[in-house]
Amino acid sequence: MSGLGVWNYLIIIFLMMTGFYMVISSSNLIKKLIGLNVFQTSVFFLYISFGYIEGSAGPVYVEGVDLYSNPLTHVLILTAIVVGVATISVGLALIIRIKESFGTIEEDDLHKMDSSL
Amino acid sequence: MILEQLIDIFLLAFLAIISIAIVRIRDVFSAVMLFGIYSLVSASLFLMLAAADVAFTEAAVGAGISTILMLATLGLTGREKEKMLVKKKISLLPLVIVVVTGATLIYGIVDLPPFGGADNPAQVHVTPRYTQQSMSEIDVPNLVTAVLASYRGFDTLGEVVVIFTAGVGVLLLIGGRRRREEKHADE
Repeated sequence: MSGLGVWNYLIIIFLMMTGFYMVISSSNLIKKLIGLNVFQTSVFFLYISFGYIEGSAGPVYVEGVDLYSNPLTHVLILTAIVVGVATISVGLALIIRIKESFGTIEEDDLHKMDSSL
Repeated sequence: MILEQLIDIFLLAFLAIISIAIVRIRDVFSAVMLFGIYSLVSASLFLMLAAADVAFTEAAVGAGISTILMLATLGLTGREKEKMLVKKKISLLPLVIVVVTGATLIYGIVDLPPFGGADNPAQVHVTPRYTQQSMSEIDVPNLVTAVLASYRGFDTLGEVVVIFTAGVGVLLLIGGRRRREEKHADE
């Protein structure tokens, strides 16, 4: 594998793990959702990297061009981006409800309240 | 070609730095703004990887709508600083989990096909039909649109169902709020 490919995949894994770390270690619920989004974006990079062909044109038909990057991965990621926003918005709505019911969005405080119930 | 590779390398490095900054920063508002920057940089990276449609969508939806939704939530829940983790022992466990998972994944990239190769497995199955015959079959110059709306139209229908479900979920969760508040005021 070329050096560029290794760098690409290494950074993708790094971003994925950063997002994962934020999801499991952040105590603030909004930061957890940001971590989820960072994780998601790294998966998008992975797919787009699979669809990339060196020296290829973007997937728009032009007379005389033979080599296009893979449109299938682009379609999958387009769908995933929009679905990602849908899930994030449901998560944010849940956070608003939690804030209304418990008065905090810090996970540690929520745990304390839960055990005292 | 060299310039493109350099831009790719720098954008990826930027993304890594921004993600570390998001983890380190305590102020949630700053984290949300950094996330907006992160989305915009990733849109540029998608453009470098010849995925213009994905770049548009990421810039509009990821950097735009996601950031606005998060800011709106911050406005409703109040701007709080993330509390310092008091217990040091607990913050070590996630790090160990993340490092072990990352090492496993890095072991996995050794077997991946070469980056940018024209005869990778992803490029040889159905993609040649999309790139070569969609002009005669669908007659839309943008191949992504042809695949999205015609070859894989049912996928898009499923996506619409997911968005509809999410919309209904959000409405059920926070839609009835104002009416309930008015009722409380009447009592």
